[in-house]
Amino acid sequence: MAGAGGGGNDVQWCFSQVKGAIDDDVAEADIISTVEFNHSGELLATGDKGGRVVIFQQELESKNQPQCRGEYNVYSTFQSHEPEFDYLKSLEIEEKINKIRWLPQKNAAQFLLSTNDKTIKLWKISERDKRPEGYNLKEEDGRYRDPTTVTTLRVPVFHPMDLMVEASPRRVFANAHTYHINSISVNSDCETYLSADDLRINLWNLEITDRSFNIVDIKPANMEELTEVITAAEFHPNQCNTFVYSSSKGTIRLCDMRASALCDQHSKLFEEPEDPSNRSFFSEIISSISDVKFSHSGRYMMTRDYLTVKIWDLNMESRPVETYQVHEYLRSKLCSLYENDCIFDKFECCWNGNDSVVMTGSYNNFFRMFDRGYRQDVTLEASRESSKPRSVLKPRKVCTGGKRKKDEISVDSLDFNKKILHTAWHPQDNIIAVATTNNLYIFQDRLTSIQ
Amino acid sequence: MFPKGTKRKFSDSGDEPAAGGEDVNQPSSVAVRMLSSYSLQRQSLLDMSLIKLQLCHMLVEPNLCRSVLIANTVRQIQEEMTQDGTWQIMTQALSAANAAAQCSADRLVATEVLCRQTEATQGEQVLKPFPAVGSEGCPAEEEEEVVVEEEGEGGVTMSTVSPQAPTSYLPGTFGMDPCWEEENGEDEEEDEDSEECGSGSEEGDSDRLVGDSRTAEQVFGTFEIKNPAPSPDPALEELFSDVDASYYDLDTVLTGMQSAPKMGPYDLLESLSSHGPSTLSSSTSCRSDLNELDHIMEIIVGS
Repeated sequence: MAGAGGGGNDVQWCFSQVKGAIDDDVAEADIISTVEFNHSGELLATGDKGGRVVIFQQELESKNQPQCRGEYNVYSTFQSHEPEFDYLKSLEIEEKINKIRWLPQKNAAQFLLSTNDKTIKLWKISERDKRPEGYNLKEEDGRYRDPTTVTTLRVPVFHPMDLMVEASPRRVFANAHTYHINSISVNSDCETYLSADDLRINLWNLEITDRSFNIVDIKPANMEELTEVITAAEFHPNQCNTFVYSSSKGTIRLCDMRASALCDQHSKLFEEPEDPSNRSFFSEIISSISDVKFSHSGRYMMTRDYLTVKIWDLNMESRPVETYQVHEYLRSKLCSLYENDCIFDKFECCWNGNDSVVMTGSYNNFFRMFDRGYRQDVTLEASRESSKPRSVLKPRKVCTGGKRKKDEISVDSLDFNKKILHTAWHPQDNIIAVATTNNLYIFQDRLTSIQ
Repeated sequence: MFPKGTKRKFSDSGDEPAAGGEDVNQPSSVAVRMLSSYSLQRQSLLDMSLIKLQLCHMLVEPNLCRSVLIANTVRQIQEEMTQDGTWQIMTQALSAANAAAQCSADRLVATEVLCRQTEATQGEQVLKPFPAVGSEGCPAEEEEEVVVEEEGEGGVTMSTVSPQAPTSYLPGTFGMDPCWEEENGEDEEEDEDSEECGSGSEEGDSDRLVGDSRTAEQVFGTFEIKNPAPSPDPALEELFSDVDASYYDLDTVLTGMQSAPKMGPYDLLESLSSHGPSTLSSSTSCRSDLNELDHIMEIIVGS
């Protein structure tokens, strides 16, 4: 069974693990709101609506099954953000984690940025596997010894202990955003990062929490004239002076920070001319970009709007170089989707390690992969039914009309409450993390070349 | 398949002519049917959008992106309706209705379809426009604005495309007509009814009679506190506590509007009261409500 995949082999995706509660009763706080691999792929972080961050670590490859890559097990769990109350506006500030971004690893500890609507925090995750013993002035339990009982001196010695993973907040970047933060992105210089809300983008230094530079401000002088908001922003992976931000009108602006302090003037504007034959009252809403991601190479960027994934060449602003239909069968249902608010769902997208395949989520716990080179696409499902260990995922198909074949699912049977908004791809290997409402599925490819 | 959603009355009623009509002129009747079906669907979409802008979460700040997209959709529909003349018809009927209710239509144009807010926010936000009312006597008004309040902090103000349109879009305007509130029998509390003028259809909260741009500032401007709000007056909070409004009422009202766009002012009132108490009392209750409105205004302005 051919599937889309990287490399040229037919990649078959197998179920590896599922994390999270099994029962169907979903606690609101457990809803996964972001998923992110670190730069080596060894760690996988998830954030949820309850403000918690759970980090999974990949086991070293086991000797019994060298072909099977290690499993991900819980490494650290911590409460990143707490609910707050804005007394001036009498409104709650949700603790939901909107985004997590890892910093490139510099030393033994790992660092990540996590953000809710208003505040960004830098967390240090460090391991402790040794403990000093033999203090002169303190007992083992920490109580101070009576100085008169100290008759000898000794040098404290480190003894091994059970591995303990500690997460500690190192920086809190607060009070810089009036609107809701939708993106954070670490610069390739590893010193700065940007945070974007609906109307502004700020540039921070990782060391400095009491100041940030505003680099984009699209707030109109008269809020009556507001018609467009920022939906996502990202730094270029290699050029530390370049970043892009997308808007609710389907445009992407590329800005160069060398040009001016305030990057309201874009250097490039990426916009596809509207197709007049598809025009409707919903055209603008479905053109709103929910995610923008640079390719690892930095040559391309990918945008996700409601119905499509588009690949743009940074050298060409007039139109995307590739467009992939995610769920075109929903185009005739836009009115209903507007009614139940599904049309405002913000799907994310991601690249594989060598930029040959892109992935995004859909409804009914389906997710889609598009192989750019082989022009193949596949629809897979993250469900408990296909959760037998190492079982190969069967491609799914949505029947758009006419006779429904066996194993196809009709558009009207799709469950619009089961949406996959967040997906992540391991930076090197074919391992993917797919978040349903409250479960995290991990799939790996079955290396068919190994016998 | 899709949970919840407004009733799709208009699409259904759009099919009725097809059933009963004699096809004397077949091609034109088909065209008319299609056109009316389209405009009904468009109307339905407009209603849905306005409802969406009104419904707001009680406690959490709403999603600005979603609100902007919905507001843009509403604006788009309004523009199209203006182009084919439907808009003028509706606004004329409304202004007539307003005139009948002795409200100064021009001034009260700033229809704010206010959304449900926490009481504290209401108190804060309401206090700002009223002083303007008091100080100027009548709220100054630069241009007709449809202020559609959105969740939690305010609304999106959209200038109507045709500044000459004497009134802005429905729900708020209807809200301006105290009779409507009364007839729907939604709320027994007199004070709130009159004040709920501004609420019109859905969640009636505070009644904002000022339609100037400052309102819009507050709307999106709750995000940024420019003028620290004075502490809410408990009397005011009580005044502006939630009125439970219903989808159904908005629908029926708008259905009434849609089916007879050229009716006169009293016809309009009649249609509004079609599911409420008798029409006879409407004019008198209007006046008494207006007196109450004045009284309440005095309290708020602090005179």
